[in-house]
Amino acid sequence: MNSWAIIQQSLPMFEKGFVLTLWLSFIGIIGSIIVGLICSLLQYFKIPILHQIATVYVEISRNTPLLIQLFFLYYAFPVIGIKFGAQLCGIIGLIFLGGSYMAEGFTGGFNGVSKGQLESGKAIGLSQWQLARYVVFPQGFSLSVPAMAANIIFLIKETSIFTVIAIPELTNTALDLIGMYYRSNEYLFVLVVAYAIILIPLSIILTLLEKRVRYGSFGN
Amino acid sequence: MAHSGINVLFEGTNFTRLLGGLWVTVKIAAVALILGLILGIVLGVLRTFKSRLLRLVLRLYLEFFRIVPTVVLLFLFYYILPKQMNFNLPADQLATLVFALWVGAEMSDIVRGALISVPKHQRESGLAIGLNRYQLYRYVLIPQAITLEIPATINLATRVIKTTSLLMLISVMDVINIGQQIIEANNHTHPTGVFWVYGLIFLFYFLIDYPLSWWAKRLEKRRLARANG
Repeated sequence: MNSWAIIQQSLPMFEKGFVLTLWLSFIGIIGSIIVGLICSLLQYFKIPILHQIATVYVEISRNTPLLIQLFFLYYAFPVIGIKFGAQLCGIIGLIFLGGSYMAEGFTGGFNGVSKGQLESGKAIGLSQWQLARYVVFPQGFSLSVPAMAANIIFLIKETSIFTVIAIPELTNTALDLIGMYYRSNEYLFVLVVAYAIILIPLSIILTLLEKRVRYGSFGN
Repeated sequence: MAHSGINVLFEGTNFTRLLGGLWVTVKIAAVALILGLILGIVLGVLRTFKSRLLRLVLRLYLEFFRIVPTVVLLFLFYYILPKQMNFNLPADQLATLVFALWVGAEMSDIVRGALISVPKHQRESGLAIGLNRYQLYRYVLIPQAITLEIPATINLATRVIKTTSLLMLISVMDVINIGQQIIEANNHTHPTGVFWVYGLIFLFYFLIDYPLSWWAKRLEKRRLARANG
């Protein structure tokens, strides 16, 4: 069979993997942003005990690989009686990993607000809450957009690691097909194209977005 | 059957085997980093040159390595190099090559970013006192860029170390692969061993990466404090 026929035959399977990759990434990214936002706010307002917990979580999650986090969730947790399906493990793992990256992104944005702004705010008598609401957050969020954009791309790429717990996303689909038919060139080609279809338009959109919000931090 | 799972770590040569696997992991990460840093610095400097073609080619190189997930990169090289180019490498050297090319791509962007963020008047003053291009980079731009890029470089190193967890996918005998063997071999006698083995590997990665990212953060904070006055 020629390569083109091989590719055509595999497309319905890749389509399924494509949809699953998009879906898992979407939930993972939304979940990560929520977890990240909560952690960064806990850290910003220095809520007692909770902000230490957030810090420990961020350090553990950021400094260990997703693959071993997934193995832990999928293989080790059942031993102590906690059992999830593969896809749920994937989502939990991705949010566990992504939450800390997003938290770091937000915190980096908040810290990037210049001291002059903070001091001016205090000088005109803003309370701590007003300072956060009207000075730090508006500027901090726009400063954190580049980090957010990088994290979104990063998390989508990390879903390829889901293959180790046999979630049938794009990479797993390709490896399965290679295992069955040994036509690695064709399947890897489709795989790379599939990621390119997701990531190239997305990174262009995110770059445009970054350019737009950069005005928010002008005059810093 | 009153074995506690934690004993699995210390039975026979299990612990030294895991450490051996960790050494394989660290070695691959270190070699890939060194090669990648050199490649990245050269490419980063080239990317600040004026030639459009050169910049386009290097940009495409970067984007390719950025868009394709590292797992897929590993498999691309794993399947295609031997088949298409008749180029056979042992899996660990292949992984080192892939990681080095990937680090080179990422590093080229870090270096370029640092070089172009050196204030313009520095470059112009350099040219005004008659430095040639080599001297300009050697004495003005690179020394100032290095301080800007160190935190990003350390962060890249932590990413490479984390990414070495993928080595098991192309059957390199890294720490995770050895961990799996130990788990399988002891599954009957120590059913909870899986928890401790993966726990220990988790801890290994954390112990290597945490100090590095702590250091990067501290440097970054200092730089910000200086920049904000």
